[in-house]
Amino acid sequence: MSRTYTIKNNLVENRLFFSRILVAFIIILLLTSALIVRLVYLQIVGHEHYSSMAKDNSIKIKPLPPTRGMIYDRNGKILAENMPSYSLELIPEQINDLDDTLLRLQKLLNISDEKIQQYQKQRKREKRFTSTPLLMNMTEEELAKFAVARPFFPGVDIQVHLVRHYPYAELTSHVVGYMGRINEAELKSLPVAEYRGSSHVGKIGIENSYEAQLHGKTGYAEIETNAQARAIRTVNSVEPTSGANLYLTLDIDLQKTAYDALDIYNGAVVAIEIKTGGVLVFVSRPGFDPNPFVVGISNDAYQALQSSDKQPLYNRALRGLYPPGSTLKPFIGLAGLEYNAISSQHRIFCPGFYQLPGVKHRYRDWKKWGHGSVNLNDAIMQSCDVYFYSLASSLGIDNMHDFLQQFGFGEKTGIDLVGEKAGLLPSRDWKRNHRKQSWYPGETLITGIGQGFTQVTPLQLARATATLANKGQIVTPFLVDKIVDSDATTHGPEIHKGTIPLKPNNINNIINAMVSVVHGERGTAKGIGKDINYLIGGKTGTAQVFNIKQDARYNESEIEFKLRDHALFIAFAPADDPKIAVAVIAENGSHGSSVAAPIAGKVIKQFLESENEN
Amino acid sequence: MKTETRREQFQPPSALGNILRKLHIDIPLFLTLVLASMVSFVVLYSAGSQDTGILIRQAARIGLAFTLMTVLAHINPYQFKRYSALLFGLGIMLLIAVLIMGQIGKGAQRWLDLGFFRFQPSEMIKITTPMMIAWYLAEHSLPPKWKQLSIAGVLIIIPTLLIAKQPDLGTSLLVASSGAGVLFFAGLSWRFILAIIASLAALTPVVWHLMHDYQRGRVLTFLNPEADPMGRGYHIIQSKIAIGSGGIYGKGWLGSTQSELDFLPESSTDFIFAVFAEEFGLFGCLGLLILYLLIIGRCLYIASQAQDTYSRLLAGSLAFTFFVYVFVNIGMVIGILPVVGVPLPLISYGGTSIVTLLAGFGILMSIHTHRKLLPN
Repeated sequence: MSRTYTIKNNLVENRLFFSRILVAFIIILLLTSALIVRLVYLQIVGHEHYSSMAKDNSIKIKPLPPTRGMIYDRNGKILAENMPSYSLELIPEQINDLDDTLLRLQKLLNISDEKIQQYQKQRKREKRFTSTPLLMNMTEEELAKFAVARPFFPGVDIQVHLVRHYPYAELTSHVVGYMGRINEAELKSLPVAEYRGSSHVGKIGIENSYEAQLHGKTGYAEIETNAQARAIRTVNSVEPTSGANLYLTLDIDLQKTAYDALDIYNGAVVAIEIKTGGVLVFVSRPGFDPNPFVVGISNDAYQALQSSDKQPLYNRALRGLYPPGSTLKPFIGLAGLEYNAISSQHRIFCPGFYQLPGVKHRYRDWKKWGHGSVNLNDAIMQSCDVYFYSLASSLGIDNMHDFLQQFGFGEKTGIDLVGEKAGLLPSRDWKRNHRKQSWYPGETLITGIGQGFTQVTPLQLARATATLANKGQIVTPFLVDKIVDSDATTHGPEIHKGTIPLKPNNINNIINAMVSVVHGERGTAKGIGKDINYLIGGKTGTAQVFNIKQDARYNESEIEFKLRDHALFIAFAPADDPKIAVAVIAENGSHGSSVAAPIAGKVIKQFLESENEN
Repeated sequence: MKTETRREQFQPPSALGNILRKLHIDIPLFLTLVLASMVSFVVLYSAGSQDTGILIRQAARIGLAFTLMTVLAHINPYQFKRYSALLFGLGIMLLIAVLIMGQIGKGAQRWLDLGFFRFQPSEMIKITTPMMIAWYLAEHSLPPKWKQLSIAGVLIIIPTLLIAKQPDLGTSLLVASSGAGVLFFAGLSWRFILAIIASLAALTPVVWHLMHDYQRGRVLTFLNPEADPMGRGYHIIQSKIAIGSGGIYGKGWLGSTQSELDFLPESSTDFIFAVFAEEFGLFGCLGLLILYLLIIGRCLYIASQAQDTYSRLLAGSLAFTFFVYVFVNIGMVIGILPVVGVPLPLISYGGTSIVTLLAGFGILMSIHTHRKLLPN
């Protein structure tokens, strides 16, 4: 060791150390004396003062929970409200003969033995002088019966609670969300003082993301109580401030139309007001009834929801990841024009398949015998795969990735809901980092028709469609339009805008092609273009659930329902002055044209009609 | 030291005494610790609303803690010295790991999840910091020179800041004082001590600026609890009512109305002293303080009897830190110190702190029971 040693003087060190121990002990004694002095002050000098605060006539600080704000749709229809609920509660310490009281109550109100046992169990867990419920959600009849007999039941009382209620049940479960009992983790993160009087908190949806605004401000009352913890009088109180009311951009009638239109299919429908980004429809089907969650859902019911293969608890609109299929083609086409990879009149011949130079593999078109000679407009209208294989090949994955990214693919939209998924927009970097592989040319081709790695959420698809219809003006989708505080101040949403620089000619070409999808003679969605006096721009899509082998034919009726392709459709209308953008995904719907497009057609029709009325 | 000689003469029943001696258990320390654990059960039963589940969980932890203490008491203090720097470095690395994971997970992060159990590196650092400083200073002659002081200072500040960043003000305070304790026993000059106190006072505005909002709130509450009776001031007001209403003799076991009626939050953990004071009054409090002083006295005695510089400094610091624990917790509950999250040692409900504490006592026992017999 190279360390230099100083000669230790043990005698000096010892003396120093002992003196320090002595000093430490003296300091410890002094500080302990300080504690003792303070204890003497509190427990002898202040004893009377603190005793009177604590004992017989103590001042209890009782929190007064605020009334939660209501949630309305854009037309003022109630989506979440507070309903009074009556419960019969007992304070055992104020009852002389508890067993007798319970027996008499059981006779009077016809209470089951099970409920009595439940009460006994719960009572033992509660602290002394706690009011414990015996009967919840009392009926009018039970209320009346008890009101008459009340003088004979000291220590028993009716308590009113406000219970959150969602009148549209499964229609709004994935947008408005629901409230539930505060759990242990939430207890730690919520502000203690604000939630001292509250038992519930927003769990998902708007109820969750606007918890702070909806909750309101807790007040408190200083109540004088006697030894039995009975309130004598209120000394001082600060009233609670109700939570803010929220007005959503959602149209509940339109929501219902979309939900019903999905019919037998699981899936999602999202509609956005193009100019603002306000969300008009946010459907994930199937939904579920959120009301049992508020009062405490039974374990069996919850298990049933969780294990259902329809996955009702899964928010498909916000978190569902689907390959965009052919709905991506207008975006790829636009990229082709912007990067000068093609001109709008560029034609190719489609023989029904595409081959990379020097590779045997045939990339098939959905139409076995091909579309013949097609330009960009034809290719979008008829959804020609070969055209886009060829375009993707000349664009390359880097250009496609960079262009699509501007439309928000692969990124969260920033909607005011928690838990949104970002989807996936593949790139060379992504593949190198996540798959540890380099990018293959074949993957560029299938990316060009919206298959392969790409995954989008219905919300992303609707937003991208709105951006396209709006000629590159980007909006952030949002649900809450107005926050009305209890003092009636309102706050509007911040509309985040950005612009994708696009040449007017190019975007007009794409919009025209999308109009011909619906209104063109050979358009894939011409079924919904009949008998309407406005123009719709749209694009059908089919997302493969499984891969078909080379040259294998497949027959729909032979395939099990669950293995059928997902049907997609994106649309906007009116084409000359777009107001609404819609994205529809019908799981296992097979065809965008016959299943998904009519759903979007219904939503658009109803929206434009209601717009005209106003 | 003189006060402790009487305790040295204490003779336990010989059979048990022999076993304990073979286990390298220091009997006076062992008995006072057992007594404190018993007090813990008694108060917890009342503070936890007579829930036996809480007692079982506490018993399990105390059992684990006593086991660890016995194991550590067995190890020769030479081994502690030898691995001091290694253990310290490991602790710092774990702290950094926890901090990085916290950054990723957004929000407070104090735990490392090892799958079968969760480990809090800041607990380990409470012991390894004084070990490190003691090891470092013992390599040089005492009292420490400028160079050693500055290096030791840096070694203390690193874990303190890492823990304060978690944020866990209480633990970082304890770690800082465990390191400072070593410096004090090493004979840091009084002039220097005064200078540190003065510069700390001067740094107050800076620290204030660096603190989290909730930490500032605690300090403000401490200065004026009545300003926010439903929010931050609630703890202190309620605990003062509990303690004051206990009076000289207390309301008797299970007689605490403050915790029973749910006025007093965290009555089983950080604020358990308030329940104790309410039920057992001033006499009970004095008794508990005496019990603590006996433990601390015994630890200081062990330090004074230690045979090498490392053991001495470590033992002294562990004793001193234990007192800081007691003082900070009781001080905050009776309203003379701001509320920082420090449990009442050996009494509060909660796992890791009791294990660390008894590990420290295990090291003290190891120091004491591995002495070589020297002619007086």
